[in-house]
Amino acid sequence: MATVFERPHSLCDVPMHYCPGCGHGIIHRLVAEAIDSLGIEGKTVGVASVGCSVFAYNYFNVDMVQAAHGRAPAVATGVKRANPDNIVFTYQGDGDLAAIGTAETVHSAARGENITVIFVNNAIYGMTGGQMAPTSLPGQVTQTSPYGRDVEAVGFPVKICEMLSQLDGPAYIERVAINSVKNIRAAGRAIKKAFTYQVEKKGFSLIEVVSTCPTNWGMTPEKAMKWAEENMIPYYPLGVYRDKYAEKK
Amino acid sequence: MAQKVLMKGNEAIAEAAISCGCRHYFGYPITPQTEIAAYMAKRMPKIGGTFLQAESEIAAINMVIGAASAGVRVMTSSSSPGVSLKSEGISYMAGCDLPALIVNVQRGGPGLGGIQPSQSDYFQATRGGGHGDYHLLVLAPASVQEMAQLTVHAFDLADKYRMPCMLLADGTMGQMMEPVLLEESTAGKVEKPWALTGTGMKRKHNIINSLSLTPDELERWNIDRFKRYEAIERDEVMYEEYLCDDADIVVVGFGIAARVAKNAVKAAREKGVKAGMFRPITLWPFPKNALYERSKTAKAFISVELSMGQMIEDVELAIRCSRPVTLCSRVGGMIPSPAEVLASIMAADEKLKGGK
Amino acid sequence: MVKITFNADRCKGCGLCVSACPKHIVALDPKKINAQGHHTADVADKAACIGCASCATICPDCVITVVKE
Repeated sequence: MATVFERPHSLCDVPMHYCPGCGHGIIHRLVAEAIDSLGIEGKTVGVASVGCSVFAYNYFNVDMVQAAHGRAPAVATGVKRANPDNIVFTYQGDGDLAAIGTAETVHSAARGENITVIFVNNAIYGMTGGQMAPTSLPGQVTQTSPYGRDVEAVGFPVKICEMLSQLDGPAYIERVAINSVKNIRAAGRAIKKAFTYQVEKKGFSLIEVVSTCPTNWGMTPEKAMKWAEENMIPYYPLGVYRDKYAEKK
Repeated sequence: MAQKVLMKGNEAIAEAAISCGCRHYFGYPITPQTEIAAYMAKRMPKIGGTFLQAESEIAAINMVIGAASAGVRVMTSSSSPGVSLKSEGISYMAGCDLPALIVNVQRGGPGLGGIQPSQSDYFQATRGGGHGDYHLLVLAPASVQEMAQLTVHAFDLADKYRMPCMLLADGTMGQMMEPVLLEESTAGKVEKPWALTGTGMKRKHNIINSLSLTPDELERWNIDRFKRYEAIERDEVMYEEYLCDDADIVVVGFGIAARVAKNAVKAAREKGVKAGMFRPITLWPFPKNALYERSKTAKAFISVELSMGQMIEDVELAIRCSRPVTLCSRVGGMIPSPAEVLASIMAADEKLKGGK
Repeated sequence: MVKITFNADRCKGCGLCVSACPKHIVALDPKKINAQGHHTADVADKAACIGCASCATICPDCVITVVKE
């Protein structure tokens, strides 16, 4: 008898508060699968951020600290510098990482902190009810862009992978998505690689996961996956943006 | 270090922190405390510690949160505007019951203010600084020796009571040079079973968090925290008295103001006026019981501060508004002179004798 | 022999498993409601399951377990 699929051990056996069809549930599981497969549950410390995923500390079977909005990479830096043998990750949304936390994001990457940053990009602020995010698309209707994001008035979305790949500090940056089974499996491989790089002391890695928010996009989960594929992925192309240790082909 | 060394106040803080086991410093340059960061930048790498110049004071306090969560002794330092930036982080530390040292070497304010000394962050420090119900343990050194000694004491108290502590110095304390004797801490090492060190697959995962959406749980957390604060108010008050026993006029001051006030008190005594000096060393908990005792015999109080009048409110509260209290102060980076404080004492004395 | 189980208590009726199944054998049961008020997912014809775990992969709530005997 072989288990083909079950809940990973480092994901707590509790119901999660996320909306039906929310990408967070999938991404949490991918992080837990990576932790399980590397056998690092006992030495991992996670940093939860502020957003829908604020309760992440209840969902991972690892020591966790809840950080102020945007500051998770700084908190992670403190944890990692204190105990370098711990594997430290942050889990952040688009407001946390790309709005208020931009300085902490850029500088932890520039410093090449040996941490793993999981960036969930669903182009909207979920927890507070659907406001515009730095990653909301041009024309996208949100609570604070009710007539559609007007790039003349409020500018263009922020592309984190592209920006950070310009720095010499980071070791590995990849953008993935969870809109299909195929993409979920690829995302899982990227997240595992990011944690592996930390175990191997290779430095800073960030995985941007293009995700969905069915509730605030006003769609069914299935339609939201489609919307992500048709609208978000063309704007935020998937792929490896930086890999210091990639084998030269 | 068994002998006395001539040190700058800022550097004494750094060396004292290292002497009591602090191996992690996160900071950002700002006058007049940058020497602390510069000293740590030189010392920490030599002893296998962490020195990190963060991208901002906000990042620095959050790095402190991370390291404190991991169970190590850690500190940051800044000056007034930078401490304002840290206020959210300090509130988080209080709400998460995290021990650490935050040093504020005060400068003139508000806003960008000036780079000369002040004591105008008294309210910010003693009323917490950030949002929510909490207190910071606030220690105010009045000499370079105390800059060192109170740093060690702050770390011990922080670990003992699981809370952030602040060393509230002013620019003069930071910049002056005096002999310092650094002594080993006598406090035992505190176990931190709550720290984030990794479960080792041997225990339930630890969570460090200040969020609760259940009001009665959040209320309980607050009430439990304030029970610890009650113990601190009972057991950790520190102050110094000079010629208060028979004083008619008690001059209250901390830090550099106390040094100036002591000279003025001596001068007043030479003129036949019975003056005394009361120097709070813990600003929170404020030594209100001791000051109240003095109000039974003293007839007037003077609050000497480098602010527009902040500690004066705690003086009035402590003595239950039972005696007249006047303010003798300079701001903007100016320091009251002994002559100015003496003039205040003589004026108070005049008033007591029925004069104008 | 594939054994697939659905933990109905955790199912939020999001329907992602339904669209992910390549054999179209996963469905939300309109006659079943769990304690949270969701119509839960299940496979009626368990013998038709090929154990690809696509449903489990896309499920955000670890509702589905797949075992091969």
